[in-house]
Amino acid sequence: MKVTSVNELEAIRSEILAGKDQDKPCIAVCGGPGCLANQCLEVRDAFVNEIAAKGLTDKVDVRTTGCHGFCECGPIALIYPQEIFYQGLSIDDIPEIIEETIINNKTVDRLLYTDDEAGQLVETEGEVPFYKQQMRLILGNNSKIDPHSIEDYIAIGGYSALAKVLGGMQPMDVVDEIKNSGIRGRGGGGFPTGRKWESTRNAEGDIKYVICNADEGDPGAFMDRSILEGNPHSVLEGMIIGAYAIGSNEGYVYVRNEYPLALKNINLAIKQAREAGLLGDNILGSGFNFDLKVNRGGGAFVCGESTALMASLEGKPGEPRAKYIHTSDKGLWDRPSNLNNVETWANIPLIINNGADWYSAIGTESSKGTKVFSLVGKINNTGLVEVPMGMTLREIIFDIGGGIPDNKAFKAVQTGGPSGGCIPESLIDLPVDYDRLTEVGSMMGSGGMIVMDEDTCMVDVARYFINFLMEESCGKCVPCREGLLRMGEILTDITEGRGRMEDLDLIQDLSEVLRDASLCGLGQTAPNPVMSTLKYFRNEYEAHIKDHKCPAGVCTELITYSIDAGNCTGCGLCLKKCPAEAITGETKQPHVLDAGKCIKCGICYDVCKFDAVRKE
Amino acid sequence: MSQNSQTPRGEMVKIMLNGAEVQADPYWSLLEVIQFYGIDIPTLCHDEGLTPYGVCRLCVVEIGSGDKTKLVASCMHPVWEGLEVRTHSNRVIKTRKTILELLIARCPSSKKLQDMAALLELKEVRFEPLNDDCILCGLCVRMCEEQMVAKAIGFAGRGTDRYITTPFDMNSEECRKCGACMYICPVCELRCQGPQADTVLCSGCINTEPVCAPDYGDAMCFMVPCLSCVKGPEDVK
Amino acid sequence: MTANESKLDSIIDEYNAEPGSLISILQDIQAEYNYLPEESLEYVAKRLDIPRVQVFGVATFFKAFSLKPKGRQQIHVCMGTACHVRGSKKVLEELERKLEIKAGDTTPDGEFTLETVNCVGACALGPVVVENEEYHGEMTPIKVESLLNSK
Repeated sequence: MKVTSVNELEAIRSEILAGKDQDKPCIAVCGGPGCLANQCLEVRDAFVNEIAAKGLTDKVDVRTTGCHGFCECGPIALIYPQEIFYQGLSIDDIPEIIEETIINNKTVDRLLYTDDEAGQLVETEGEVPFYKQQMRLILGNNSKIDPHSIEDYIAIGGYSALAKVLGGMQPMDVVDEIKNSGIRGRGGGGFPTGRKWESTRNAEGDIKYVICNADEGDPGAFMDRSILEGNPHSVLEGMIIGAYAIGSNEGYVYVRNEYPLALKNINLAIKQAREAGLLGDNILGSGFNFDLKVNRGGGAFVCGESTALMASLEGKPGEPRAKYIHTSDKGLWDRPSNLNNVETWANIPLIINNGADWYSAIGTESSKGTKVFSLVGKINNTGLVEVPMGMTLREIIFDIGGGIPDNKAFKAVQTGGPSGGCIPESLIDLPVDYDRLTEVGSMMGSGGMIVMDEDTCMVDVARYFINFLMEESCGKCVPCREGLLRMGEILTDITEGRGRMEDLDLIQDLSEVLRDASLCGLGQTAPNPVMSTLKYFRNEYEAHIKDHKCPAGVCTELITYSIDAGNCTGCGLCLKKCPAEAITGETKQPHVLDAGKCIKCGICYDVCKFDAVRKE
Repeated sequence: MSQNSQTPRGEMVKIMLNGAEVQADPYWSLLEVIQFYGIDIPTLCHDEGLTPYGVCRLCVVEIGSGDKTKLVASCMHPVWEGLEVRTHSNRVIKTRKTILELLIARCPSSKKLQDMAALLELKEVRFEPLNDDCILCGLCVRMCEEQMVAKAIGFAGRGTDRYITTPFDMNSEECRKCGACMYICPVCELRCQGPQADTVLCSGCINTEPVCAPDYGDAMCFMVPCLSCVKGPEDVK
Repeated sequence: MTANESKLDSIIDEYNAEPGSLISILQDIQAEYNYLPEESLEYVAKRLDIPRVQVFGVATFFKAFSLKPKGRQQIHVCMGTACHVRGSKKVLEELERKLEIKAGDTTPDGEFTLETVNCVGACALGPVVVENEEYHGEMTPIKVESLLNSK
């Protein structure tokens, strides 16, 4: 397939659509990271084999897609055209699905999702409460296409935005459209995308670069991964449009090496787009040239920072530099460079196709469009959700996320990754947009949303993030390198019962220095997890320091395990499993735990079936 | 530099430096302008002959006005028309002190750091001393690369494990043993052996008028203990 | 080393010996040898015409690279936030006890390398242990034994 003009693209699209029978059953098996870990490929193979065994190979399609979002229920399959949503599949279920649903056109009720609140089974994806309240502009296409097929992408309207741009828009019109849409960067800081494009466009220089930041390093976040894996062409299309608007002929995609499938899919998509004439010289006969390279990261969180990423693209260690001179003026190889995150690029075709007015009608005053969040941690419906900006945390966590498992109490939600903060229960009705999150001491970040319940220790969470950042700091500037080290020491002291009240003032001082004087965003935002927990959960810090107690029972140095002789049946399971030989006792006699030998691994607590192990 | 690319060479811009309107060359860094007007601000990783690196952060100054102010490293920061700069605001001083506190806790034996501590009136170090001998300012790395054109040493590792070394931590064939790295190192020398030298801060100089530090910054003090250090704080004023 | 030079050449040529592709080149070398042999780094520096100290700096900066040979079996414990709040630390500690090594080390027999990774992006299944690219979700200290015994 080689597309040489805008008209030809439309002709090809019609041809592809004409060749597709919309009523032909198609089984879309989710191949997202969660489902993959649940052996969804075996499920897919079982579908293929069963269909072949029934002689239906020509009559039913099987498609492995990107992430559908509802990871909690994986492996997931959607049966088109009815869009029947089957969940928790195993290979043993497959013959029944083929027999009942494909051949007899009936649902297999035991594999349907149960809406607990309504107390009934739901048949289609759209009826599942998890999906019902979402607005899946970006993620929704994942289940409709095979990410390895450019034809699939074209069939759902792919590259029509590019055609619109190259078929009659001036570069400045494109920049204006993006500016008017109000979209802000989805990677962290939330800088207005259109303004960034404009600066790069206006910067002096013959060679300019566009870069896609796919070094998604925030722990607890996998939005960009799912977009790159599930719909790589949407990112490419956004980048080509951006390059045209900015006046760039060369681009880079910087992908985290921990994401092999994303790498494979984006590489394949680039190859297909090149073959189709959508990348390379004279794209769609417009005279515009643009090509892309994929570079892999080496496992460094700091490379998500734009200047560090660019250093890494130059073959140097990923150390940031001061941004007093913007990367739009001097970026990669000191040339004007425009860097946006995966999700931002994926939004561009939507804006061009539907117009800035349509886009800016979604969301809040200062934050437009939808945002993808990875809803993880202590939450019932773990997965990826996409909602319009401005939805409240309560709606996301309780209505879509289904609340906290095991009837535990909600304590906090952490947004924005290591640069963000913990938001307490009292702020649960906060509408989620860039500015509101910043106001309460957190930030949007790339979209991780980690839910914490009563069993989560907030001091431990703060220590976790500081340790994470200490490991990931490049070590170039003093406040970040030395400050995080000292902050980590102090927090470790507190969680191990050696904290002093004056340590809290010292943390405050260090936080200010990190925020004010660090070289890059990593250090400047590093205090957020500490400052927000100190602000909202000071009582937990004080409990650790004054009472030497960890209220959530997490900090091992501050808890003790013991065996309740009343409940202990002497089954011997804990004794057998204890790695420290700290438990003694005769069979059928209550056992005894030697606190001196106990290493507080918690295995006895986990294995005991009789609730006889106490944790205090 | 976008801000000054509009200004032709030779033309000056006006900036507000500590409340006074002064002329500045937009092709200079903010630190150069500040030093030109005779204002002394501490730096550790800066050297006139080397590319600014901006990592010690001691040269931070406050820019902007009203509630829209921020701290920037002046050695890296450009100068533009109307820029408002405060070199010794409370926020700046507090930040410099904490940074120096972090550095001294890392390398208490550095005379340069101890002298600086005396100048900034740093009174206590609240962190466990690590007795290291490198503050990773990178002067030696830049010296080796830019002036000696040898590229024999560089940074390795990252974060708290970052260190300066030769390739593969072995004797480097690129190294000509010229000693420029040792010459430029701000912490290689030993600290002034004032009273209570076993504490982190060489407390003798605190709150005294340190004779050696500001006027003879480059001169090593060979008197043990040096004359200014033997004066206790109570002897001054 | 001569035998390897042609292999290194083919890796380097794939990236046209561009200095900007240093990280990708090192990734490929690591995939080939399971670590970065010192001679290979020397060779890369020569072919890409960049200072040896830069290659060494990059090889020690990024967590993905190892200058020591890794074990035949690689166990990565995800330390992402979602895994952390669900107890990944205890899983790691149990692995350290069972394998008698610390995270980042390789067993003396060269069988296992135990490493931590900051989020593998399978947060829904936390705590996650990735063992030779195979994901094991909802890990607990109790499950560690069967994970190791299945090898």
